Amino acid sequence: MRRHQVIKDVFLENRIFLSRTVVMFVLMLFLIVGLITRLVYLQVSGHDKYHSMATNNRIKVSSIPPTRGIIYDKKGRVLAENLPSYSLEVIPEQVKDMPNTLLRLQQILNISEEKITYFQKHSNRYKRFDSIPLLLKMSAEEVAKFAVVRHTFPGVDIHARLIRHYPYKELTAHAVGYLGRINSRELKRVSATEYRGIHFIGKTGLESAYEDTLRGYTGYAEIETNAQGKPIKTLANIMPTPGADLYLSLDIDLQKIAYDALAEYNGAVVALDLESGGIIVQVSKASFDPNLFVSGISHADYKRINHSRDMPLFDRVLRGLYPPGSTLKPFVGLAGLEHKVVQKQQKLFCPGYYQLPHKAHKYRDWKKRGHGMVNLEKAIVESCDVYFYDMALTLGIDKLSSFLNDFGFGKRSGVDLNGESAGLLPSREWKRIHKNTIWYPGETLITGIGQGFTQVTPLQLAYATGILANNGKSIAPFLVERKVYVDRVDKVKHPQVKKVNLKADNLAVIRKGMVNVVHSARGTARLIAGKRTYQIAGKTGTAQVYSIKQDEEYDEEEIAFNMRDHALFIAYAPADNPKIVVAVIAEHGSHGSSTAAPIASAVITEYLKEGE
Amino acid sequence: MHVELRAEQFHKHSLMGDLLRKLHIDIPLLCALLILLVLSFMMLYSVGGQDWGLLMRQASRMGVSCVLMIFLAQLEPRQFQRYSIPFYILGIILLIAVLAAGEVGKGAQRWLNIGFRFQPSEMLKISTPMMVAWYLAGHEIPPKWKHIVIVLVLIMVPTLLIVRQPDLGTSLLVASSGLSVLYFAGLSWRYLVSAVIGISAFTPIYWHYFMRSYQKDRVTTFLNPESDPMGKGYHIIQSKIAIGSGGVSGKGWQENTQSQLDFLPESSTDFIFAVFAEEFGLLGCLALLLVYLFIIARGLYIAVQAQDTYSRLLAGSLICTFFIYVFVNISMVVGILPVVGIPLPLISYGGTSMVTLLAGFGILMSIHTHKKVLPS
Repeated sequence: MRRHQVIKDVFLENRIFLSRTVVMFVLMLFLIVGLITRLVYLQVSGHDKYHSMATNNRIKVSSIPPTRGIIYDKKGRVLAENLPSYSLEVIPEQVKDMPNTLLRLQQILNISEEKITYFQKHSNRYKRFDSIPLLLKMSAEEVAKFAVVRHTFPGVDIHARLIRHYPYKELTAHAVGYLGRINSRELKRVSATEYRGIHFIGKTGLESAYEDTLRGYTGYAEIETNAQGKPIKTLANIMPTPGADLYLSLDIDLQKIAYDALAEYNGAVVALDLESGGIIVQVSKASFDPNLFVSGISHADYKRINHSRDMPLFDRVLRGLYPPGSTLKPFVGLAGLEHKVVQKQQKLFCPGYYQLPHKAHKYRDWKKRGHGMVNLEKAIVESCDVYFYDMALTLGIDKLSSFLNDFGFGKRSGVDLNGESAGLLPSREWKRIHKNTIWYPGETLITGIGQGFTQVTPLQLAYATGILANNGKSIAPFLVERKVYVDRVDKVKHPQVKKVNLKADNLAVIRKGMVNVVHSARGTARLIAGKRTYQIAGKTGTAQVYSIKQDEEYDEEEIAFNMRDHALFIAYAPADNPKIVVAVIAEHGSHGSSTAAPIASAVITEYLKEGE
Repeated sequence: MHVELRAEQFHKHSLMGDLLRKLHIDIPLLCALLILLVLSFMMLYSVGGQDWGLLMRQASRMGVSCVLMIFLAQLEPRQFQRYSIPFYILGIILLIAVLAAGEVGKGAQRWLNIGFRFQPSEMLKISTPMMVAWYLAGHEIPPKWKHIVIVLVLIMVPTLLIVRQPDLGTSLLVASSGLSVLYFAGLSWRYLVSAVIGISAFTPIYWHYFMRSYQKDRVTTFLNPESDPMGKGYHIIQSKIAIGSGGVSGKGWQENTQSQLDFLPESSTDFIFAVFAEEFGLLGCLALLLVYLFIIARGLYIAVQAQDTYSRLLAGSLICTFFIYVFVNISMVVGILPVVGIPLPLISYGGTSMVTLLAGFGILMSIHTHKKVLPS
């Protein structure tokens, strides 16, 4: 140990040390103030920001989807239900290599390219930790296949989900509609909050029209998670509110009878309850299985359905536009009476054709030989064209058009479904606007027998007939009678009861004519009279698909099926106290009498049998 | 001076006070240290999820450290002076042993297993300033150029050995403990300023030849933590979230979410201040800083009151090191310095630093309580 003995200046040493200490202490204070400034910055100015970051760190809100309301028919039979099924779901947060995972899944399970694309396109709508369905309605075989390799797919699992199911398949495809996965266009329209955790949306029919009622409200679970995303505890739980159940006026038994009665024909059958206005039957054929659309329809199936010449996706009841043909005659006749252009018993000679003054063109009657002397009642019973040519001409298009408008032609009935067509009721003004020409008298003639520009939907036809049957009272048709919520029942109000002012005498003439269409020896629909305790009032109609040139013969046998006339029939029963009104259109059915009338008869017979 | 007198008067007639004085304990310093140890207990109870095993381990370390502190307080300052050289040499030998046969943990070779695992580098935090103080006390003050060079070599040897382990945090503390002795000895301001410039110039060389990639990462993420929020910047971002979400009054004891749900890593060791800030808020932080400041002020006061050069220099250096601990740790946790592995003194979980720190305070108490009575 070496130790130098140094003479020390104790005073200087003390002075240096003291000054150094003071400087050091000041420096330390300065640095601590710096730390405090930083803490103030983080904890006071930055508090809100960091507080929400801490909250986002730990709290994950997961949505609990509501159960969609069930749709029942009039007698409580289930038309749309939720069935448990297995679906393959992916939680993106837990998947390391998404493209590779999807590719491997495709090798094991039959997942179409479209489903993969849909998944990739829509996964950003969800939160990273949400479970997103990839494959719905897995078969037992698919479930087993995946279960074996499940451990090699972190973040992919099988879940039991409720899937919409339509037990009556094509019977209710148009009226009830179907549910499908939400597409990007719909995403822009709907509120993201309302659809959190919900993968489906009503696409057509009631499913679409009553989407908000059926859907219900998503519940939420606030879950505290740790840094690994593992749930620690549930902080709050808001239970979902299930959607309301719908009870319809539709009767599935009658629906089936009407559907089956159409047999090989495409077409539409509408039956309305005259007391309430509710739709009892709403058949549009050809149809399809709506269940195909719920889980995502395959390309092949969609192509088959969409490209079919039968147009199964097309809802004929709401959007099918047909010339009303002779079914319009009762309305035209009533217009004539109301406007006093004819007397009840005023007669006219029908030579089998009609000519405008000073014109060579012959407007033909369907009966080449003519009907002889006809009054209004006979003209309805035998469906004499000449009589109505004359009446329409006398009335003029303006009066005719405005009268028919009161019966709902050319406007929407206001049914509680989306996408109803307004049909077409021609008028002078309409022609000027749409065709840019004047109205010709010849066009008035053919309007009088339901040909020409006039187009109606089957629903409009039933609705208008209902007004006749109900002595002028009109109720907008509807499907939904009651909405049953968890805590209450809403009877759906259909307030649109309007009244068309008609003279009882005039109406009686028309209604008598319509009864005799069925119940007289010369009636066009006498074949369906049968033995019954009540009478049916009806009117046949034939709508031309193929127009015949002058002097050409219409030969049913020679004309291709798809060029044949449409067969129409409108009816209500019982004739003295109407309860039900039916409109039938059988496409290419040729004759209202032989094809369409029996279908209406089948529905009426069954309905009134039940009523007894 | 006045504080001191009053404290002594207060305890004059109490049995406890008599006992503590006989044990050479400095009561104000002891009180402040006890506050920190109680806080440490509270924080570890909260962070560790009421893990009593963890608390007992920490308590036993505290016990050992306190016994060592009290033991050192009984020794006279000249004893430390006498053992400065052997203690320093022993430390150097152990450091070499670590590099040769140390245990590896977390990518670094820091531990030596001699029945129990310990970090010889911790020892150097005390033996280096002791050595430097001994050397400078034997020469004239302020030190001459020649002495400065020798002192720098004395500091560089252990520092570089620790850098090699690598342990940036400890080497920083060892170097600064030695350099602070030089500062208190009256190193001319001219040298100080040129030294700062010199170190700045040395930085790029250090970056290229001495720093490991994980150390470089720490610096780059410090400069921009948001560049890699789930990776390298994760520590500091989560730490800032914890502190910021505490607000002014904090979330309350045991109410922190950041560390209890594992978002904040190292929450019981280097990042315990973030948990403290989350639970007790700005007000709690100010109170904690006040306790630290009191200890520092008391330490500097003891240094100024010391009766010989060696004691003065050693006391000043020890308290300076303590401050650097506090400042560097809190600075890295609040994100104004890069992450270096320095714990929050006396609060973070871990044994070695607590032993050294309390040993240092034992030396301070010894210096303060072994004064020769001077004629007034």
